[in-house]
Amino acid sequence: MSRNALELWVGLFVVAGLAALAMLALRVGNLSTVNVTDAYKVTASFQNVGGLHVKAPVTMAGVKIGRVSNIQIDREDYSAIVELSIDRRFNNLPTDTSAAVLTSGLLGAQYVGLEPGGEDTHLKQGDRIEITQSAVVLEQLIGQMLFSKAQGDR
Amino acid sequence: MSQVDKSQDSLIQIRDVGFSFGDHKIYDHLDMTIPRGKVTAIMGPSGCGKSTLLNFIGGRLKPDTGDIRVNDVSVPSLNRRDLYALRKQMGMMFQSSALLTDLNVFENIAFPIYEHTELPDELVKNLVLSKLQMVGLRGARHLMPAELSGGMTRRVALARAIALDPMLVMYDEPFTGLDPISLGVIVKLIREVNDALQMTSVVVTHDVAEGCSIADYVYLLGQGRVIGQGTPEEMSGTKSPEVRQFMGGLPDGPVAYHYPARDYKEDLFQDWPDD
Amino acid sequence: MTSIRLLGRWVINSVLRLGRATMFLTATLVGVFWILRRFQLILQQVFAVGVLTVLIIAVSGLFVGMVLGLQGYNTLVDFGAESSLGLVVALSLTRELGPVLTALLFAGRAGSALTAEIGLMKATSQLAGMEMMAVDPIERVMAPRFLAGFIAMPLLAAMFTAIGVLGGYLIGVGMLSVDSGVYWTSMQEGVDVYDDILNGVIKSVVFGFVVTWIAVFEGYDAAPTSEGVSRATTRTVVIASLAVLGLDFILTSLMFSEI
Repeated sequence: MSRNALELWVGLFVVAGLAALAMLALRVGNLSTVNVTDAYKVTASFQNVGGLHVKAPVTMAGVKIGRVSNIQIDREDYSAIVELSIDRRFNNLPTDTSAAVLTSGLLGAQYVGLEPGGEDTHLKQGDRIEITQSAVVLEQLIGQMLFSKAQGDR
Repeated sequence: MSQVDKSQDSLIQIRDVGFSFGDHKIYDHLDMTIPRGKVTAIMGPSGCGKSTLLNFIGGRLKPDTGDIRVNDVSVPSLNRRDLYALRKQMGMMFQSSALLTDLNVFENIAFPIYEHTELPDELVKNLVLSKLQMVGLRGARHLMPAELSGGMTRRVALARAIALDPMLVMYDEPFTGLDPISLGVIVKLIREVNDALQMTSVVVTHDVAEGCSIADYVYLLGQGRVIGQGTPEEMSGTKSPEVRQFMGGLPDGPVAYHYPARDYKEDLFQDWPDD
Repeated sequence: MTSIRLLGRWVINSVLRLGRATMFLTATLVGVFWILRRFQLILQQVFAVGVLTVLIIAVSGLFVGMVLGLQGYNTLVDFGAESSLGLVVALSLTRELGPVLTALLFAGRAGSALTAEIGLMKATSQLAGMEMMAVDPIERVMAPRFLAGFIAMPLLAAMFTAIGVLGGYLIGVGMLSVDSGVYWTSMQEGVDVYDDILNGVIKSVVFGFVVTWIAVFEGYDAAPTSEGVSRATTRTVVIASLAVLGLDFILTSLMFSEI
């Protein structure tokens, strides 16, 4: 095999490998959808986050606008402090925006859904979302239902 | 038997070398002097460690005791860099030729030149062609080693061994397995290369006729030491029974026909399986 | 008594081999440093271990992806979750199947070829011949092969994974009823560049290192006979495959276990 042909083949091989890597990163992975470096962070406290975990999506009107970057427990009132990283493109969220831990489908993964309010001022880095709605925990729900049913029967 | 004249210029001195492979003793107090500019044949029965000797000279093995000096340098005590520098002045032709199978004839001979020099391609080409011309294979330069006959392979290996114009060329069993014509060619080439390029040649072989026809001086090894030495004429005229057995190819003699065993009769009446 | 002695001998031999392999690796890594100047040598070996392995990798990747698409769909559809097909295919490929299957195929195709080639060079005294020509075979023969395997393996694993994802697409979207957009978005929702893809790449880098090391060492350490070479070739495939699977377990538990 001539030297040129060899170089060409190896060149093609490396290009194909790198193209495959790029496809994995951009098309399969989420490198193209969330740019973590260009985001601002707000916090929200919930009584219960259920099965929410770090990197879960943050959506508004069903569109993904960020992700959960941290979940902690508040040492004073034992609530969960969830830190949300939101893309800078969506920097016009009203300050009275509300947050809820929702479930995609009946048994799907949990995510944070934002509901815009009506204020003129906008959320910015480090702000706190005041109005929150905790996760619906299926077991509690069933428990409550059974309890009320039992009470009604009496 | 005449000793090598000590005043004569010698290239290799082997002094009091002892060596064993595990429990098997190969050499015991081996002494040898190889004269510069001559063809020296080292002969001996198969398995007596002749090739090991070449590995000592090339520094691929170290003796347990004793010293090997090549061109007044002690080979066993060299560090890697100096050893490699010394090896550039040595050529070696292996019994199996050791040609690089993925390179053609030309590239095989150019290999040591490209590895060790920065010569321009044009000059390398001329060098390689001159070596190929010498061994008569200039026309075969595009062939791959697999396409060569046994004799041609040896000749290419010889051309490669002298590619860097070394001071010393070692031949490991160069005559084994060749047809008469190729054998004649190799014998002629070894002699010619030695005289034309003023090298020192060491030929390790068990072929008595070819060894004697080519050598200026002969060493005969056996039982881990030198059992005879001299010019080919002196060797054929010797009275030593060991030398006579080897030179004459006698089946029995000091080297016994039978592998050591207990008495045959005793063995026959022994219960089976034994031990 | 004999069996205990045999066990002892086996342990001693294994430790000795491991020691030789480690010394060999050190020498090879030093050799890699020197051989970087000889770009042409590395190119030749990348061709031999990389380019020549692409075909088997591509075909296997396609079929594995297609099988994943089929099996994944049949399982997911029972739960009405066939929209997650893309995620299932992509996660299994990036995390596990891509690096592991590529490494196994690589050991079988390129690793065995490396061992056989080097073993034959040893059996025909080509390595000894090089030494006598003052050319270090570790630097000249082993280092470029080692480096090439190390470079080629992650690229091959990426190709395997990418082609596998396309194979899953072919079945899921082409033959079954998954929507094309859903296939891709479910992937992007669930596959993390760092957690899944980067960890998969790290796995393939580790596997490439280990498989090539084993292959080159087995060739170099082979008994210089045709029997020795054939035994070394078998050993390369067996040891490299076991090493890949064992390491995969260790790496997976390090990378993907929670906290």
